Amino acid sequence: MKKAAEILEGLKACNIGLAASVPCVNLSSLLKCIDDSEIKHVAVSREEEGVGICAGAHLGGMNAVLIMQNSGLGNSINALASLDLLYNIPLLMIMSHRGVENESVCAQVPMGELTIPLLNDLGIPYLEIKGGDDGKNAVLKAWECAESQQKPSAVLVKPSYWKKVSE
Amino acid sequence: MKRIDALEIIASNCKDSLIICNIGFPCRELCSVGDRPETFYMLGSMGMSSSIGLGVALAAPHKKVISIDGDGAVLMNLGSLVTIASLDLDNYVLIILDNGAYGSTGSQPTSLSKKGSLCQIASGAGVSYVEEVKEKEELEVALNNIKKGVIVVKIEVGNSQVPLVPYSPEEIKKNFMAAVSQQVQ
Repeated sequence: MKKAAEILEGLKACNIGLAASVPCVNLSSLLKCIDDSEIKHVAVSREEEGVGICAGAHLGGMNAVLIMQNSGLGNSINALASLDLLYNIPLLMIMSHRGVENESVCAQVPMGELTIPLLNDLGIPYLEIKGGDDGKNAVLKAWECAESQQKPSAVLVKPSYWKKVSE
Repeated sequence: MKRIDALEIIASNCKDSLIICNIGFPCRELCSVGDRPETFYMLGSMGMSSSIGLGVALAAPHKKVISIDGDGAVLMNLGSLVTIASLDLDNYVLIILDNGAYGSTGSQPTSLSKKGSLCQIASGAGVSYVEEVKEKEELEVALNNIKKGVIVVKIEVGNSQVPLVPYSPEEIKKNFMAAVSQQVQ
């Protein structure tokens, strides 16, 4: 829970009022922390829906975060491009980066490898955190980037951020 | 009822609401019959109208929010109906203009139009109040009575000859956010 609490501290420091999420097993402690916090948490059916809700929250004057697995990036691309990038809407994305660090589920690998190229193609800045990194600091930096550039910005959370993974 | 007739009725009866409008001819027609800074005109992201409106309604609970969507666009984001139902916000209404077709791309029929029902899908998703209207007068009454929920408006296939939305994305966002931040009269 300590590593989840770090990220939550970052979200609070960025004055995030709304979190939209699709779960990943690696995000379960973070989602629990958010449910126990003042942040309004909306469980969405599909990640693109979360992009829409978070964009609406921004238009309504509230900072929002989209929490999802990197597989959800693929489900979100049209809205990220033709809503957030088109209208210059800031969005913080906390993405569990599966398919890396000796992933045991083979189906996670293709999107795991495509995640960074897709973000690069979209022109969406990102930073990666792994074992030993400070989650709060990463969230603060990513949100600062989203606000200053008025676009989505991502924190890619590697499995080793949450627990030690075998080499 | 034509789509533009429905949009004109919505524009004239919902002047106290923030409106999110679906991409394509719905935006163009609404802009031509009831342009207001309180309207967020979607220029992309088909399917996201109901979600954007939900986000606005969550962030601005003191404002009434209406999402105008099409049947084809709702089909692209059906899960949104479940989220709308689960949140059950007091300040949010989804209006689906249902012509059974993809109206902005040549009026190709949707698969739903053959056998399905949007009202039943919305009810099945758990939306507590769902109403279907066919006539202009019914729509006007529904708009004046509804507090929250979903209105499915049956409309004819076809578009009106109206110009493009004349605003840039930046202008649409700026105007809309300024309208949101205004105090309730």
